[in-house]
Amino acid sequence: MSDLNALTLAGARDKLVAKEITSVELTEACLAAIEGSDSLNAFVHKTPEIALDQARAADQRLAKGSQQDPAPALCGLPLGIKDLFCTKGVPSQAASAILKGFKPEYESTVSQNLLDAGAVMLGKLNMDEFAMGSSNETSVYGDTVNPWKVDDRRLTPGGSSGGSAGAVAADLCLAATGTDTGGSIRQPAAFTGTVGIKPTYGRCSRWGIVAFASSLDQAGPITKSVRDAAIMLEAMCGHDPKDSTSSELPVPNFEALLTGDIRGQKIGIPKEYRMDGMPDEIEALWRDGAAKLADAGAEMVDISLPHTKYALPAYYVIAPAEASSNLARYDGVRYGHRATLDAGDGITEMYEKTRAEGFGAEVQRRVMVGTYVLSAGFYDAYYNRARKVRALIKQDFDTVFAAGVDAILAPTTPSAAFGLGEMQNADPLQMYLNDVFTVTVNLAGLPGVSVPAGLDAQGLPLGLQLIGRPWEEGDLLNCALALERAVGFSQKPNKWW
Amino acid sequence: MAIDTETAARVAKLARIKVEDSDLPALAGEFNAILGFIEQLNEVDVSGIEPMTSVTPMRLKRRVDAVTDGDQQDKIRANAPDFREGFFAVPKVVE
Amino acid sequence: MSRLWLCRKATKLAIGDAMLDLTYETPKPKVIAGAKHDWELVIGMEVHAQISSKAKLFSGASTKFGAEPNANVAFVDAAMPGMLPVINDFCIEQAVRTGLGLKAQINLTSAFDRKNYFYPDLPQGYQISQLYHPIVGEGEVLVDMEPGVARLVRVERIHIEQDAGKSIHDMDPNMSFVDLNRTGVALMEIVSRPDIRGPEEAAAYVIKLRQILRYLGTCDGNMQNGNLRADVNVSVCLPGQYEKYYETQDFSHLGTRCEIKNMNSMRFIQQAIDVEAKRQISILESGGKVVQETRLYDPDKGETRSMRSKEEAHDYRYFPDPDLLPLVIEQGWVDDIAASLPELPDAKRARFISNFGLSEYDASVLTAETASADFFEQVAAEHDGKIAANWVINELFGRLKKDDLEITSSPVSPAQLAGVIGLIISGDISGKIAKDLFEIVYTEGGDPAQIVEDRGMKQVTDTGAIEAAVDQVIADNPAQVEKAKANPKLAGWFVGQVMKATGGKANPKAVNQLVAAKLGL
Repeated sequence: MSDLNALTLAGARDKLVAKEITSVELTEACLAAIEGSDSLNAFVHKTPEIALDQARAADQRLAKGSQQDPAPALCGLPLGIKDLFCTKGVPSQAASAILKGFKPEYESTVSQNLLDAGAVMLGKLNMDEFAMGSSNETSVYGDTVNPWKVDDRRLTPGGSSGGSAGAVAADLCLAATGTDTGGSIRQPAAFTGTVGIKPTYGRCSRWGIVAFASSLDQAGPITKSVRDAAIMLEAMCGHDPKDSTSSELPVPNFEALLTGDIRGQKIGIPKEYRMDGMPDEIEALWRDGAAKLADAGAEMVDISLPHTKYALPAYYVIAPAEASSNLARYDGVRYGHRATLDAGDGITEMYEKTRAEGFGAEVQRRVMVGTYVLSAGFYDAYYNRARKVRALIKQDFDTVFAAGVDAILAPTTPSAAFGLGEMQNADPLQMYLNDVFTVTVNLAGLPGVSVPAGLDAQGLPLGLQLIGRPWEEGDLLNCALALERAVGFSQKPNKWW
Repeated sequence: MAIDTETAARVAKLARIKVEDSDLPALAGEFNAILGFIEQLNEVDVSGIEPMTSVTPMRLKRRVDAVTDGDQQDKIRANAPDFREGFFAVPKVVE
Repeated sequence: MSRLWLCRKATKLAIGDAMLDLTYETPKPKVIAGAKHDWELVIGMEVHAQISSKAKLFSGASTKFGAEPNANVAFVDAAMPGMLPVINDFCIEQAVRTGLGLKAQINLTSAFDRKNYFYPDLPQGYQISQLYHPIVGEGEVLVDMEPGVARLVRVERIHIEQDAGKSIHDMDPNMSFVDLNRTGVALMEIVSRPDIRGPEEAAAYVIKLRQILRYLGTCDGNMQNGNLRADVNVSVCLPGQYEKYYETQDFSHLGTRCEIKNMNSMRFIQQAIDVEAKRQISILESGGKVVQETRLYDPDKGETRSMRSKEEAHDYRYFPDPDLLPLVIEQGWVDDIAASLPELPDAKRARFISNFGLSEYDASVLTAETASADFFEQVAAEHDGKIAANWVINELFGRLKKDDLEITSSPVSPAQLAGVIGLIISGDISGKIAKDLFEIVYTEGGDPAQIVEDRGMKQVTDTGAIEAAVDQVIADNPAQVEKAKANPKLAGWFVGQVMKATGGKANPKAVNQLVAAKLGL
């Protein structure tokens, strides 16, 4: 059977359970696709032996499976894992030179949950260094290239989970893990025509995931369909006693909640997201998506989230501040890169050279901005003020939800994928604007999902974002399913790689 | 608030990142652009607003007092750049 | 004019249901004579007390002292990528317990902050501490200096924080070696106001604090292992300035302070304060200015010196730890802890004075440790408290000290000691014989009454036998009899002879009476 790698999680699962295919066949198809994908640079550490061992074990488990004792949810399904997740015995570098050669002696809770659910790990996926970037251009492994292409322009798959989104779009794996601090799952999903969900803060354990900004980071899946997102998210989530911010709320069966029926749901259209200079195509996509949800029986209402404008500046205080502290542990003492020292160099030189060599430009910039905003005399002016603005942003959402709004519809990104290298000489702020529609969700800790909603004039995918109430990922995914069905997006990139 | 090269150098020092003197003006320029952007926060009336402490409020998780970890020198040292006689070795620290 | 140290102060202590007023005088501050005039010392202390937990504050690794290097290390302690802290409940309870023991305000909401700095034995690059919202607020420690003299030192706050690891600088000429066993161990930092006025008071403060912590069981107080360490803030000022500060709480009345880090012996604390105060005085008297800085005491050279490494990173960039939520505790839980507090040293001492009629000195000695207080109380339960105190302090403590033993490993049990004392009181043995008996019980064990019986140590109270012995001595020493009649003080000689003749077993009181009667004195 050909193109097994093009299956969705749900499709492959059903075939595995029906014994139409084996996990080894499925895994081999993915491994073959990965082997032929070096020009995309999505998989940066391949683990074919591990994958095949796991696939064989999964096949045995599937063979024993019965109605009474079904195989676990992801049994035999091959996935890609973002390099930010620590995976036992497998290089886990956060796409940084400072973690060169680092092989953790432990497995992150989320990837362990996936393995416990029977998943097969194909390898580690490219990303922006320490998840800091929106174009996958800050990686020590080099750029990931978007499988979607216009003419000869090499495009970004977005970031930071660019390798994950690119790999899923190119059918190198059935689905992949991502992480989202300011939009790092949803923006790449939008740029690659995939589905990406960031759950409520606290749904997924952060234990074992290299930290960027602790109060914002959340893991989530990037998949080929909303149903797949529901299946994989459920496997990733769950209470973890090792993460103090992990929720003890039970995880519902998200897939079982998928009916596609959104009749009577109230969906908000936030006026503040209609920004100056927004491309007409995005505006039209949004309007069209709203109309389709209305056709599906939802009640569309205009809402206001007055502090939206301040989300990005607040984010660019809070995220770098936390990062500056979280990244202090990369000091060349216990693991990772240590600079070669000159005669007479002491401990301070060791730190300074190690960190200058090990961190790329964007990471250095953010660590230093974070250091500055926390430094003596500026704490209240920057950090505390940003936390107050963050409280106001959350309040905006609370007010809207209290008024009976079930979900909010907005564009995921202000544009389609741009060319690699095109933003090279722009000031860093231009790049930061990519997150303008997504950061609010991180600041408020809410679940947000990006659903592919159409192509732009060049033929590149565009996404729409749905934002849900805290802990209501089930309702949110159901709404996303309705949108997915209504827009009927089914295009795939033409294979050129 | 404009950041000069001296401040940029101080910040780099605090962050323990070596920045060549010749790169300091560009770094200071980037800081100024980012901080200028952040200054927008001053437009917001935050009087009477408590800073957010946790985005999803819940009771702080606690452990019982039991030894459940440790005794794994091999794993602790496995990735160390310089490990000698049971210790992590670093260039001499002068106190 | 009422100088502070001349005020009589009073504090109330609950003894059972009754309130006891303790009055005391405050001690005089230490005065150092400079070349030009006198200087006074002002001292504040930050005591780091290791919480007596089995596991670390944020990891499940052991806190046991003396393990192989880097054995008690979890991935969290080594700050491996992606590792997260989860707090040890027991540590929170001990901080609250300590706060209650120091009569302090307990903050039902507190929070953890990161103190950011680079050092090889600080793997995270930050220490998790409580700067903005400590778990314990204002409290106090009554520091006893001598009977009737004490200083009430205000405690500003107690917060919970992580300890750092250990850097070893003398194992290699070019390298420092790092051991993370101590990294992440839970500490309470107990911060005093600058109310301590001399080196002796500083040591007494640490002794008293240590005593309270040991009573509470929240810290073992082992200074040798570094489980109790003090940072000492020293400044000097002109006489009268401190009183101005105390009235206004305005620090500008005080001199610039220097912080001497990491002191773990009472002797060094006193030496360091003395040396540092003199250093500051000489700077000030020669027209210089004291620079606020962190210093290290070198006991070999007998000097303090600036710690360069600490000075370079002075901007700690504190901010709330986003890996942890605010710590909210319930009043009911605090009340339960309060209800379970043991009797503390001041109350116990006061009770010993009032219930057993002990001197303040004896009461202090007996209450230094709960174990000795408990021992005493068991002995005193059966007999007169004063006699029991005398035996516990003079005989038992002295004997234990000779063998370098703690009260907890005393070969003599409270019941045995009570038995010995009982035999004295009943008149069965003399005080002198009792000491022999005590030594036998100490070295060989056994029931004191049985030993006295078996070894014929019982005192002779049969007046007939004693009378015969007295008659014999008088008959044998006619010359002495004449002398004694002229000088009654010599009667003691006859008593001694009779005791000798009876092998020390004669009842001395009976001998005295008979000698006096026979000699016609």
